[in-house]
Amino acid sequence: MIDQRDRLLVIACGALAKEMLDVVRLNTLDWVDVECLPARLHNTPELIPAAVEERLDSALGRYRNVFVGYADCGTGGLLDKVLEARGVERLPGAHCYEFFATSGDFAAMHDQEPGTFYLTDFLVKHFERLVWNGLGLDRWPHLRDDYFGNYKRLVYLSQVESPHLVEGARAAATRLGLDFQHETVGYGEMATTLVSLASRVPA
Amino acid sequence: MASDELDLNSLSDADLVPQMHDDLYDGMAPEIVEGTRILLDRGWGPQEVLNQALVEGMRIVGIDFRDGILFVPEVLLAANAMKAGMEVLRPLLVETGAKTIGKVVIGTVKGDIHDIGKNLVAMMLEGAGFEVINLGINTDAEEFIAALEEHKPDILGMSALLTTTMPYMKVVIDSLKERNIRDDYIVMVGGAPLNEEFGMAIGADAYCRDAAVATETAEALVLARRLTSGEDP
Repeated sequence: MIDQRDRLLVIACGALAKEMLDVVRLNTLDWVDVECLPARLHNTPELIPAAVEERLDSALGRYRNVFVGYADCGTGGLLDKVLEARGVERLPGAHCYEFFATSGDFAAMHDQEPGTFYLTDFLVKHFERLVWNGLGLDRWPHLRDDYFGNYKRLVYLSQVESPHLVEGARAAATRLGLDFQHETVGYGEMATTLVSLASRVPA
Repeated sequence: MASDELDLNSLSDADLVPQMHDDLYDGMAPEIVEGTRILLDRGWGPQEVLNQALVEGMRIVGIDFRDGILFVPEVLLAANAMKAGMEVLRPLLVETGAKTIGKVVIGTVKGDIHDIGKNLVAMMLEGAGFEVINLGINTDAEEFIAALEEHKPDILGMSALLTTTMPYMKVVIDSLKERNIRDDYIVMVGGAPLNEEFGMAIGADAYCRDAAVATETAEALVLARRLTSGEDP
């Protein structure tokens, strides 16, 4: 059996917890462990580098192989500075929307309509708490157009097939006053990156 | 006005101004408009109302935002309240021929449609006495350069909220260099994912983390440039 220190630890955003565990399970990556930081950091990207740094410094004593399950996530390169100093890699791209959709498709979608608001499975499930309440729209719904007045459409990038989530995403678009589009993208580059990385660690 | 509400008219100037700071903090746009009109009716000049009631109120909001006491929705409410007051004052400022301290062309860069922070910066710069030409969102290099040539500002301000769009600021700065006009302007950049290091790396003159810093930086850099060039500051 593989020594604990030789296993691969993924320190991930809490918003990716279910999807990370799905990829580990579906690909039988039995030597991969997943630890998550709170998903609420999604709304405060300035706090992500320090939170990842703290968890990394604790993890690097326990694991030889550590990977970070975040994209840049609005940190403006500051997360990369933390990772570069420790020789740790992360998921590709700027946001989870990008690696789920894959970078080429995401760039095409953004170029087609810069005013696109993206949701993933996680964000549909937690739309009320993270988006609506997170922006204070539960208390001040009249601010909706201040936030979303320049947006034109909401694109739901789904990971799993779920009519219930599609309806939730459609309802979110209606609440935000945006056109709705659904793209089934699965796990995208999150899966390919994790599987490729895991294969470099001797099982 | 409901009987249990505060009658702003009943307050002295010394009490009304701090009350307006509180109302701005609480995002109470109708009260800000009312307070602004009361001060004007009492003979205050529009610049005095702007500086002492609105700009000072927003300065307090900015400090509490920086310190994590207020969050984006509250700042947005306060900004909307200040905007309501500014709409009363703007025509009067024009009428009285208030001297501007400089001119700014500002916009959100190509590919980015976020403008809450940029509009707040524009409003605070206007409050500080700058003439502001706001180009809006999704602005490409050609549009920035056309506006610079048309308006001949002191400052070019660029904003981005996305990690994917912030590199476009360098595209604009490089376009200025290609035309040998980079040094004709002070270039200031801002936006949530930016930092000081990024600002320096792309060749901006200043990175500003919030609207208050942007205003102070704009004032200082314009003054420094005028002193250096021998112009009347």
